[in-house]
Amino acid sequence: MDNREDTELTTIIKAQATYYEAPKNLRERISAVLDRAEPENVAPKASQWAEWRQWWGMGAAFAAGMMLTVAITFIYGVSGQQDRLVAQVIDSHVRSLMVAHLSDVTSSDQHTVKPWFSGKLTFSPPVYDLAPDEFPLIGGRLDYIDEHPVAALVYRYHLHTINVFIWPVRTNSSVASSSASRDGFNVTAWTNEGMQFWAVSDIQSADLQRFTQMLRNQSKP
Amino acid sequence: MIKRKPRFDAVALTHLDAAYNLARWLVRDEQVAQDMVQDGYLRALKYYDGFREGSDMRPWLLRIVRNTCYTWLQSSKRDEDRVEFDDERDSSAYESVFDRADNNPEALLIRKQEGERVNLAISILPPAFREVLVLRELEELSYEEIAAVLSIPAGTVMSRLARARVMLRKELNRPMCEE
Repeated sequence: MDNREDTELTTIIKAQATYYEAPKNLRERISAVLDRAEPENVAPKASQWAEWRQWWGMGAAFAAGMMLTVAITFIYGVSGQQDRLVAQVIDSHVRSLMVAHLSDVTSSDQHTVKPWFSGKLTFSPPVYDLAPDEFPLIGGRLDYIDEHPVAALVYRYHLHTINVFIWPVRTNSSVASSSASRDGFNVTAWTNEGMQFWAVSDIQSADLQRFTQMLRNQSKP
Repeated sequence: MIKRKPRFDAVALTHLDAAYNLARWLVRDEQVAQDMVQDGYLRALKYYDGFREGSDMRPWLLRIVRNTCYTWLQSSKRDEDRVEFDDERDSSAYESVFDRADNNPEALLIRKQEGERVNLAISILPPAFREVLVLRELEELSYEEIAAVLSIPAGTVMSRLARARVMLRKELNRPMCEE
């Protein structure tokens, strides 16, 4: 079926066109992201639960204090839906840092960032710059959480990045104000005027609480 | 022990080069390609339950990554690539692509290097032709596999491939264009 000309062309392509191999860090990154995402997607069967518990047990034995704290927060602080959201929010945060895709619109001006979202989302997220309080706004982007497009605002605290995800409260998925820690990340969540807010960062829990408080104060009329 | 499908990542990661190569050719940007592969893999993981065990994961995975790329191409207006695509119309309309002042810095850089001619010639083909060449010549997929990746009949794969070759040959025979 392939004639001689085609064979020649094939030879040229194979010899000269670039086969782009996946960069090594991509492999590591995807492997890490999948690792994080995979347990959620496997139906929790009894034996797997046993496996899980065993792992948790071993982990606790290794680093009793820290692991226990995390586990307690993990089990009691959040549950079910919320737990899943915590994982998603952290994933999105990590992803945004890893892929150098932090902002689609880079601006510290809330009046630039807010209009940028219009037309891209079916809601208008409240945008405030907290530069005077050491948390400058550096931009915004679209993200995708809980199967819906969401607004992501990016703030800086010293050298750290804070992602704030905002989307309208959906009937069956509203969350209580809460905070959680996992894998070295702190997460806070709250609801205000029909919007759900999730802030995530690797900054100290106390700093994130302070940030959360300031943002909540801003959005009070 | 409950018999389970192999873990998604164990198999999926063996096709990472194929996925990245396709994405890189489609979006023509290293960073974006990495994002696309990662997003595609996460989506694939989500749908992994529906993946038929025992079938070849590569075309299935490539299809998802490819669709992720197309979503990006459609949403990014930086690119004038036609995504809604018609075999007849587009093959005659594409010729202007090369003559157009292209301010894509990557293309400008590449244009300077004669050795990169083949890469450039492929990269300026409309995506529908580009992908079929990449899958066939670089990935060495069968027509059936390509058909599965692109969700089109195998016959269309063949005609599209033939057309892509004609276009590419024409491009390569063109004298290097000087500014």
